[in-house]
Amino acid sequence: MICLGIEGTAHSIGVGIIKNNRRKCIVLSNIIKIYRPKQGGIHPREAANHHAIHLADLIRESINVAGLNFNKIDLISFSQGPGLGPCLRTAATAARALSLSLKKPIMGVNHCVAHLEIGRGTIDECKDPVLLYTSGANTQVIAFAEGKYRVFGETLDIGIGNCLDKFGRKVGLEFPCGPKIEKLAEKGNQYLELPYSIKGMDIAFSGLLTASEHYYQKNKRLEDICFSIQETTFAALTEVTERAMAHTDKDEVLLGGGVASNKRLQNMVHKMAEDRGASFFVPSKDLCIDNGAMIAWLGLLMYNNGIRLKVEESYIDQRFRTDMVDVSWRD
Amino acid sequence: MTEKTILYRGAEAEICLTDYMKYKVVQKRRVKKTYRIKDIDDRLISTRTKEETKLISEARKQGVSVPIVYDVDLKNGIITMEYIEGKRIKDIFNYLNNKERIDICKKIGENIAKLHNNDIIHGDITTSNMILAKGRIHFIDFGLGEKNNEIETKGVDLHVLMEAIDSTHSKYSDYFNYVLEGYKKELKENASLVIKKIEEIVKRGRYR
Repeated sequence: MICLGIEGTAHSIGVGIIKNNRRKCIVLSNIIKIYRPKQGGIHPREAANHHAIHLADLIRESINVAGLNFNKIDLISFSQGPGLGPCLRTAATAARALSLSLKKPIMGVNHCVAHLEIGRGTIDECKDPVLLYTSGANTQVIAFAEGKYRVFGETLDIGIGNCLDKFGRKVGLEFPCGPKIEKLAEKGNQYLELPYSIKGMDIAFSGLLTASEHYYQKNKRLEDICFSIQETTFAALTEVTERAMAHTDKDEVLLGGGVASNKRLQNMVHKMAEDRGASFFVPSKDLCIDNGAMIAWLGLLMYNNGIRLKVEESYIDQRFRTDMVDVSWRD
Repeated sequence: MTEKTILYRGAEAEICLTDYMKYKVVQKRRVKKTYRIKDIDDRLISTRTKEETKLISEARKQGVSVPIVYDVDLKNGIITMEYIEGKRIKDIFNYLNNKERIDICKKIGENIAKLHNNDIIHGDITTSNMILAKGRIHFIDFGLGEKNNEIETKGVDLHVLMEAIDSTHSKYSDYFNYVLEGYKKELKENASLVIKKIEEIVKRGRYR
């Protein structure tokens, strides 16, 4: 079975085509285009306009890269939520149009669950992981328990990526700030004390953000501030992930989301896993960031499990929570 | 060196049984984490050890049975405390007779109210963190605790127990009402505010 997936929850618009080989996912194409605001943060309407302008070309390109014709597509999948309304609507509209014109079924999927399933789908040994999902808007620790993907810990205020971007903007870095902060942090060596905020398995970043900005105003070395931000936030993320692993008694950890490509975060979580005798997995970068292939893969899993969606019921849901999905495709 | 038996190994700390002077004691040892830098690791281990010790001794002052703290090593993150020889509520709850079970639930509620009257939040109230010894319920593991006067936090604190009873003692999930009965009796503030909060937390659909 071949599925085309459209991702459009925030900055990125992506179209991916995948097929399944039994329970594994083979990515045939995965094209992504990222909206970069000229200044400030993301403006939902402008991001949606960006997506609308590029979407048709992306669909064509992903068909070409996959070396297919449209009639080979069996299923259309799209990101139903959570995300920014205008962006979600743009992706959903394109999916409906494709579904109706190609006369192929449509499937709406949860974006966060897709981040987890693509890891299980593309990495052989990854079977029942705890996912540390870190992106701009989302920061969640997710694991499968009693028929659902449950959120065992999450941010109480802003996502980690958002925290990095906000700090970066303040000090004049360009979006996306994460990679630039990572570079600067490599040259940092003095740790500046920052709030480390964990409540149970939840986590908060806004206090740390303010404190980091204060250090900048006091002319502390930017490299040292970046180093301290990374060390503190990533340690806290690693700690809540470890707690979730102990709590759920799982011995695999998977990274997902844009921030997962940060080498220092990978290194910390990897070390934690090693110390626990657990396995560590991280998908390739284009499958970590928001992408269409993961949307396609989850759509296919759901469809093959007998789940159906009518076009007239294919509403988007901006507040689509991870634990609202009945995960019937797993035993 | 005296002999050590590890009773439990968690994500953050290990609990071992050992001797201290002539007493049989329990040591909670916070484990150093190699994934974080030393500055952060040292700070977390010492502040958390200090916080936990403070909460244990404050709880004791309020008349809640907790282990006596004998020694605190902030640098190495070790709390040495009384070994409470008894039975975990988790292990006996399902086998008590009805009257005993109701009685225990009410007592648990009263004790939680005593903590909350003084803004002590336990943070992980489950039946595995309570030990019945010499007819009294002892509360252990304040590792996730904090001082907090918000209704929300108190509601969350009770909600953890509700979930624990639901999952570990599902046959007796109604018995949480007896916990609330004891709680109401002992709480100085208006307990219905906290109970309302619990309902709200349930509706939010999270698990803690």
